[in-house]
This record gives sequence, structure tokens and C-alpha cells, in this order.
Amino acid sequence: MSAVSVRGLRKSYGSTEAVRGIDFEIPTGEVFGLLGPNGAGKTTTIEILEGYRERSAGEVEVLGVDPQRGGRAWRERLGVVLQSSSLYPNLTVRESMRTFGGYYQRRRDVDEVVELVGLNEKADARVRTLSGGQKRRLDLGLALVGDPELIFLDEPTTGFDPGARRSAWEMIRNLRSLGTTILLTTHYLDEAEQLADRVAVLRNGEIVREGKPSELTSASALTEIRFRRNGDVVVEHTPEPTQRLHELIHEFGGAEIDGLEVRRPTLEDVYLELTE
Amino acid sequence: MTLWLHEFRVEQLLFWRNREAAFFTFLLPVIFFLIFGSVYGDDFIKREGVKASWFLEAGMIGYGVAATCFAGLGISLVVRRESGVLKRIRSTPLPPAIYILGVLGSTFVVFLIEAALIITIGRFLFSVPVPTEVLSFLVVLALGALCFAAMGLGITGFVRSAEGSSAVINAVYLPMAIISGTFFTPKDYPGFLKGIATVLPLTHYTELIRNVMLRHEQFWSDPVSIAVVLAWGAVGAIAAARRFRWQPREA
Repeated sequence: MSAVSVRGLRKSYGSTEAVRGIDFEIPTGEVFGLLGPNGAGKTTTIEILEGYRERSAGEVEVLGVDPQRGGRAWRERLGVVLQSSSLYPNLTVRESMRTFGGYYQRRRDVDEVVELVGLNEKADARVRTLSGGQKRRLDLGLALVGDPELIFLDEPTTGFDPGARRSAWEMIRNLRSLGTTILLTTHYLDEAEQLADRVAVLRNGEIVREGKPSELTSASALTEIRFRRNGDVVVEHTPEPTQRLHELIHEFGGAEIDGLEVRRPTLEDVYLELTE
Repeated sequence: MTLWLHEFRVEQLLFWRNREAAFFTFLLPVIFFLIFGSVYGDDFIKREGVKASWFLEAGMIGYGVAATCFAGLGISLVVRRESGVLKRIRSTPLPPAIYILGVLGSTFVVFLIEAALIITIGRFLFSVPVPTEVLSFLVVLALGALCFAAMGLGITGFVRSAEGSSAVINAVYLPMAIISGTFFTPKDYPGFLKGIATVLPLTHYTELIRNVMLRHEQFWSDPVSIAVVLAWGAVGAIAAARRFRWQPREA
């Protein structure tokens, strides 16, 4: 059974439609990325799934339950990391985890979670003294302490320095290996590429592309070929790069082709093409 | 019950850890009692027929209920709402009602400790007798805690930002504490202040405490004051039911 199932989801605020009829499924155990620029509808979508907002139309099931009717038993199975950190500044890391752990019947050992999010050395430090990245990791820890089956991560690494992002990614990979289903939103392409089994690209409230990160690039079939002819740079896009190269080699009579580059479109190219 | 106890303990830890809040809501009424008690505690209030320190002690308990149950509760909930903590808590299995009851329980305990401290200081520093009508005194404390906490929950819906929360709430309750005559007897105030004082809940609440503590009456001896305090409590509860929010303002 799917961990998350969304059909024809719509959400309007007054006359503006933030989400315009989207569909997707997340099988249990998958890491699914909702990718898109700011204002594309990512947070609206994830907050509907978390039960914070009511949808205007469509069918939504999260762990087999309609989030608008999700009760206590449903919340026992979920972990939520909101877009901005929301912590008690005067508690220590360990106290924060004990506080949230106490809300769940089934819970992970606090020290185990501290270890999992890499805050061992900060376990007894007050939250107010943590760096932005450490707070975010604590945020994630609080979402994990109830041993959830499904975790929602809304832009988990926004504002991180590169090192902090790498360690956050490592953590999310660890979670996946524990069998947790993860829905993450991000506007960083490399993050989706690194973490997600599948991504959906959202633009203006619609899914414009969905699939494995590798499929997204192959779906956009044009390969870019660059070279110099008589000193001028020539850029060509072709669906059949091998055929075209063959022709070029012929044209140049087997001589070295000046400045030759053959480039498969990166996910970034596809993303920019899709969202701009 | 286990969940409530867990939340209660967390709230106690949070309250005493937050030194500013603990100072302004818990300690300030105690400090004012010490200062004003030393300044004019030995004066005799003819109109009341008691020493000023007796009169002040009852007033400071009234000020204490406004500080802890109204201002302290309201400010901390607005700060938590705007920082996203309340929203985050809603994502957990903790039932919202248990959360609110845990917060209230902890607030009431803080107020009880404060009242006990004021009475102890009064007894040993200013020779103010301990209240004799114990049952009535406890009923009055409970009435004040409940009604002012309802107002504290209610006002959160009218405060938009965390930064503004202490400014707005202090602007409401500090003048109220003074006009209501928790520090001085309102009976000597000029007419317009007296007029304002007669509709404020704290005026009537302080009157209830003074009835029980100074005049050795039972809590039901002044039904008008009880009615005014209850009415304000009901207004607070209705405002809370209608306007209390768990999510921060949309950015």
C-alpha cells in the first residue's frame, strides 16, 4: 500500500489557486522529493498532507487516513519537520527530545536519536546556543523520536553551509536505510538528485514532470554539442548525438575538432527549462 | 493523566528556566510587596481600619494573579505560537486539550507558590496575620486563577507578533493593576479613574481577596464582585474559543 496517495488535489486561497490539481503516489519506504521554486505550492501541498490545511478539492490519503480526519493514532506514526525551526530555546537538546518523546507511546531511545542526528557533543547544551544547522538537526531529531513510519521534511537544509548540508543528507540516507518513508520539499536540485528515489517538479501549483532523477534528464532528449568552426563557437542540440558526431567527423575529415564538447543535459538544465 | 503529568513537568521546567518570565510574573509582585511594604506598610488606612501592609498584601496577591495567569500565560503562548512551537506540537499525538491543561496547571502552581510566598513574607516581615477563612481564601484564589487565565488565553488572539506580545500585554495589565487599586486604595482616586476601576476585573477581584483576608468575610459575601470577575472570565473564554490560534501568522 502507498504511504501517501494524492489525487486531483487543489487548494485555493480566495481567487488564487496555489495547487491546481496534482496527483502522486509515494510507495512505502521511498524518498520522494517535491521540487520547485519558491511559491510553486510545495509547502501548501505538504501542509495539507500533514493535516494543517484543508484542501479545496481532491482525494488525499496519508498512511491510509484522510489528514483532515487524522487523529492521535495517526499522528503516532508521523514525523514532521516544519519549514522554520520551532524549538524551546531554554531546554537542552536531550530535554527537548525527552519532551517530544513523551508525547508518543512508541518512542526511540533519546540517546539513540541524539546519536542519529549527530548531536552527541551538544546533548546537554541549551538549544539557544546551537548553530542554525544544529537546530535543524535537533528539529529532525524531534521528528524521529516517535519512531515514525513517514516523515515530512519541508526544506530541511535551506540556509545550511555545504558541510552541514552533506551531513544532513547523510542523516536522511540513514533514515531511508531504516525503512522510513520520506517526503521532502526542496528548491535545491542537487538535494533532490542526491536523496530522492523519485521527484515531482512543481511549477505554479502543477506537476510539470515526475520520475526518477535519471529519468528526468533522459526525458529531455536533446544533447548539446559545442565546437568551433572557423573560430566561431557553434552550439547544436540534437536528439541523436552519435549520428551528429559521425557527420561532424566526416565534415572535418577526421581532423581534430576544435573545442569539441558533448554534454548530456543535467538535471539542472531540465529543472531550469521546466520552471522558468 | 500520564500525558498531562508529562506536560505539566515540562511546563514547570520551561517556566523556571525562562528567567525573564519568572522574574516579571513570579518575582515582581513579591518584590513590590517588599518595597512598598517597607515604604508605607506601617501607615494606617483609616477608611479600612487596617495597617497598609495588610491592605497591600491582598493587593499583591491580586497583582500576582494578573501577572502569572494573565500576562505571563498570554505572553508565553503568543511567543510559542509565533515561533512555531504550538504548530509543531499539533503535529504530535499530544491532544491539544491536554497541552492547554498542562500549561494551565503549571501556571496555577506558579501562582499558588507566589501567593504562599507573599503570605509568608507578610507574616514574618510585616506581621500580617495569615488568612483565617482558609476555605473561602482558596476558593477566591481558584476563581481568580481560572478567570484571569481565561482572559490570558483570550488576549492571545488579539496580539499579532511575538515582539509585540509583552508590549501589548504589559500595556493592558500594568495600568489595570494600578487603576484597580492593588497598590493603593482606589477609594481615594479621582472620579474618572474610579469609573474605570469599577468595570475592571482586578478591582473586583482585589476586593474579594480583601473581603476574605481583611474583613474575615466568606467568599460569597460580595456576589456583585464575583459576578464581574466571572463575566470577564467568560469574555476571555469566549475570545479564546473564537480566536486562539495554533499557527503563526502567515509570512
